[in-house]
Amino acid sequence: MKNSIKRFKESYLFYSFKRDKTAMASFVILVIFLLLSLAAPLISPYNPYDAKTTDLMNAEIPPAFMAEGTSEFLLGTDNMGRDLLSTMFYGLRISVLIGLGAVFLQATIGIMVGLTAGYMGGKVDAVLMRIADIQFSFPYLMVAIFISAIFQLMFGIGSFEQLSVPLLVVIIGLAEWPVYARTIRASVMGEKNKEYVEAARVIGLSRPVIMFRHVLPNTLTSVMVISTIQVANAVMSEAALSFLGLGMPVTMPSLGSLIKSGFEYIFSGVWWITIFPGIFLILFVLVINLLGDWLRDVLNPKLYKG
Amino acid sequence: MFAFIVRRITQAIFVMLIISLIGFAIKNKIGDPVRDLVGERVTPAERAEIRDRLGLNDPFAKQYVRFLKNAAHGDLGLSFFYKKPALEVILSKAPATMELVLGAGLIIMLVSLPLGVYTALRPRSFLSRFTMGFSTLGVSMPVFLTAIMLIYIFGVQLHWLPSYGRGETVDLFGNGWWQSGFFTLDGLKHLILPCVSLASITLPLFIRLIRSEMMEVLESEYIKFAWAKGLPPMRIWMVHAFKNTLLPVVTVFGVQIGIMFAFTILTETVFQWQGMGYMFLEAVERSDISLLITYLIVVGSLFVIVNTVVDILYGLINPTVRIAGRK
Amino acid sequence: MSHLLEVQDLKVKFALRFGDLTAIDGISFTLDKGERLGIVGESGAGKSVTGFAIINLLSKPGFIAEGKVLFNGKDISTLPGREMRRLRGNRISMIFQDPMMTLNPVFTIGTQMVETLKAHRNITTREAEKIALEKLRKVHIPSPEKRLDQYPHEFSGGMRQRIIIAISLLNDPAIIIADEPTTALDVTIQAEIMDLLQELCQEEEMGLILITHDLGVVSQVTEKIAVMYAGKIIETGDTQTVVNSPSHPYTQGLIKSLPGALKTGERLYQIPGMMPNLTAIPPGCAFNPRCHLKEEICVKDLPLLKRTEKGIMAACHMI
Repeated sequence: MKNSIKRFKESYLFYSFKRDKTAMASFVILVIFLLLSLAAPLISPYNPYDAKTTDLMNAEIPPAFMAEGTSEFLLGTDNMGRDLLSTMFYGLRISVLIGLGAVFLQATIGIMVGLTAGYMGGKVDAVLMRIADIQFSFPYLMVAIFISAIFQLMFGIGSFEQLSVPLLVVIIGLAEWPVYARTIRASVMGEKNKEYVEAARVIGLSRPVIMFRHVLPNTLTSVMVISTIQVANAVMSEAALSFLGLGMPVTMPSLGSLIKSGFEYIFSGVWWITIFPGIFLILFVLVINLLGDWLRDVLNPKLYKG
Repeated sequence: MFAFIVRRITQAIFVMLIISLIGFAIKNKIGDPVRDLVGERVTPAERAEIRDRLGLNDPFAKQYVRFLKNAAHGDLGLSFFYKKPALEVILSKAPATMELVLGAGLIIMLVSLPLGVYTALRPRSFLSRFTMGFSTLGVSMPVFLTAIMLIYIFGVQLHWLPSYGRGETVDLFGNGWWQSGFFTLDGLKHLILPCVSLASITLPLFIRLIRSEMMEVLESEYIKFAWAKGLPPMRIWMVHAFKNTLLPVVTVFGVQIGIMFAFTILTETVFQWQGMGYMFLEAVERSDISLLITYLIVVGSLFVIVNTVVDILYGLINPTVRIAGRK
Repeated sequence: MSHLLEVQDLKVKFALRFGDLTAIDGISFTLDKGERLGIVGESGAGKSVTGFAIINLLSKPGFIAEGKVLFNGKDISTLPGREMRRLRGNRISMIFQDPMMTLNPVFTIGTQMVETLKAHRNITTREAEKIALEKLRKVHIPSPEKRLDQYPHEFSGGMRQRIIIAISLLNDPAIIIADEPTTALDVTIQAEIMDLLQELCQEEEMGLILITHDLGVVSQVTEKIAVMYAGKIIETGDTQTVVNSPSHPYTQGLIKSLPGALKTGERLYQIPGMMPNLTAIPPGCAFNPRCHLKEEICVKDLPLLKRTEKGIMAACHMI
């Protein structure tokens, strides 16, 4: 353990991280976001899911720094009288949960398909990659919107809302797995003719063992790079779906559904219900994207040598 | 080359068949053609009778073939809400969406070309750094938030631009089908914010793409030779480098037009723009399955066609480019 | 009388993150009207950089740190961009290494020729096309009238290099710098292109700077030679003298490694070791780690060019 920490400290990854202020700042903000989402129930002043603490009389109170604001609600309240700050923490928690879950699902499907296709080759490869290519040629958001529209009609609004978190994980997972499948397959194709795989085959290891123990670890660099970007994409997709009313219900809002519910009030000058969650969302996605860019630059062997 | 085109078209037809199969399967599973036809107030006996008459009790394959046959004649079922053929409903909404995409496409070209070229030529200048920083921010900004912020700033606060609807339109062909907002001041004003939001999705991507392509071209031997010939810088940049930059950009632009169609769902929702995307969400709320499936098939086909055409065009251009020694 | 081109103590550096890297370290040579000079050396010796430095077209971090490039007696290394542009492709032309990459793939040969003329003269397209045709004929392109409307990918490598030579001739330059003009071509075509260059220079009394690693080519085409090693000229003089009786151990090694003098079955001679990286040039004579004559002084002092009894210049302590 000690050894690996030391190795990490001496690694090129850590070295360039220390040199890159943007990457460091992004990382710090990302950690804060993750902590906020983890600790949401502990640090939120109110529990937005508890109907007893919310009062419709408190609806649309402006943030504390404005003239009509009260110190009770730091960022004001939403249209249902919930403390906006607490609702945002809980919303972030849901966004993070769905984002990570969806990426986990995408990666699982994508890696399985990519590994199988790349390693088996031939007909299996052709069929699997054709499917991935076809889906890939459609924008993932459109696929996600379709799937969730169909799910909503199949399950009916009521049960869709009850099951919304796992359903959104499935929807976004199904919509974006081809990204993984294609990348993994490409790296498997590159790895599979290398000597170490040849050697593993010669000593008689079985196909699954070679695939998972030998080929997969060597494709992990690309998985890491895509995953950061994909988390950002998944969070954005979730927000878009919720904004369209095809995602999280207003009773259990994610950042996207908060923005949606606030949008209806923006014309009457009630901007905070939209803008605060909006900034929250943009900042969250931005730091992930910045980290992703940095990671891609660092791990890209072409740039690494130059 | 001919073989390539045939293969690509066969593939396109195959994909369209898959889309239609998915569409039909969904319709078959959760749709209710009886309701589409006669509404909800019929007795169970009448329902059963109608179901039988419509052939809804036939085997799946038989129904699918019938569905395909009808689709080939442009019959994709009736919209429950509009009481009209679904295809007709969608086509009547198409012009509004196309104007949105057209406007956004124009904005993208007008903004990304100069900025992409400039940032490639002067990568260290303040404007370039600002543009690149802004484009990272742009990538992280969901389109509906861009739209809302535009509405809040230019509509609610400044009252400069209208924030929803299409405004005053002109009937283009005299048959009431294509109501265009491009020919009146009011219509143009209404177009600005939605088009800018829609453009903002792919604008960062295009600036980056043009920039990196241009930078690559500027490093090439033939540009160096152009300098050695003593050509004026403007000719080297704007004629020699630019034309070589444009080739790959045009192909990506083709694909991105399709992607913009998908994103109209979000922009149209925010701006209450009466196009296909807005209609799609209404159809979801009204459980108008036939309309939903028709949308799936129409937009899916649109995509397949755009992708196929772009692929074939690229295939036509590419060999010469490759022989000519582009990396 | 001043020379057509005189390079005086030229230094080229590359500004890198960890400091400046010296690519060319104080070289001097002259070129007269109609004279043909060969610059020889291994890759990385600074030959191509010299060529680009003359027309002030060094790639980005590179810059001329010291020295002068006198063209007809006037220093052109400090000319502002606009005036330097008037010389390029007009008075001084350059031919590049790889003809497959040198022509812009999306423009016709005609366009690429006409624009070169129009950049330097006030003429109509029709007049420019006439000149272009004349030059294409001069480089022996068959049926040139048809060629103007063709694109580069419709030509073979050898044909393209001819077209590029024709482009460089368009404005009747005083000097042509040819940077490895035949390296990327087939051996048979190499000879043709070299013959063509020599013929043109003699006919038009043009000065030629031929940059190459091929000593054989240099001895056939040029009158004067400069051998470069690690950014310096280590031997220069009359081509025949240098090739027939080289003074510097490096030049001797180069000539020994030519296959021409060998009998069948004999092994090719190889100079031991490699040219040093520009970041790590050894003190004293840069060639000392590979030199069989190495003595103490070679590690301590930098040898300067001095005249030998054969009438050429060489930079070696052991002469």
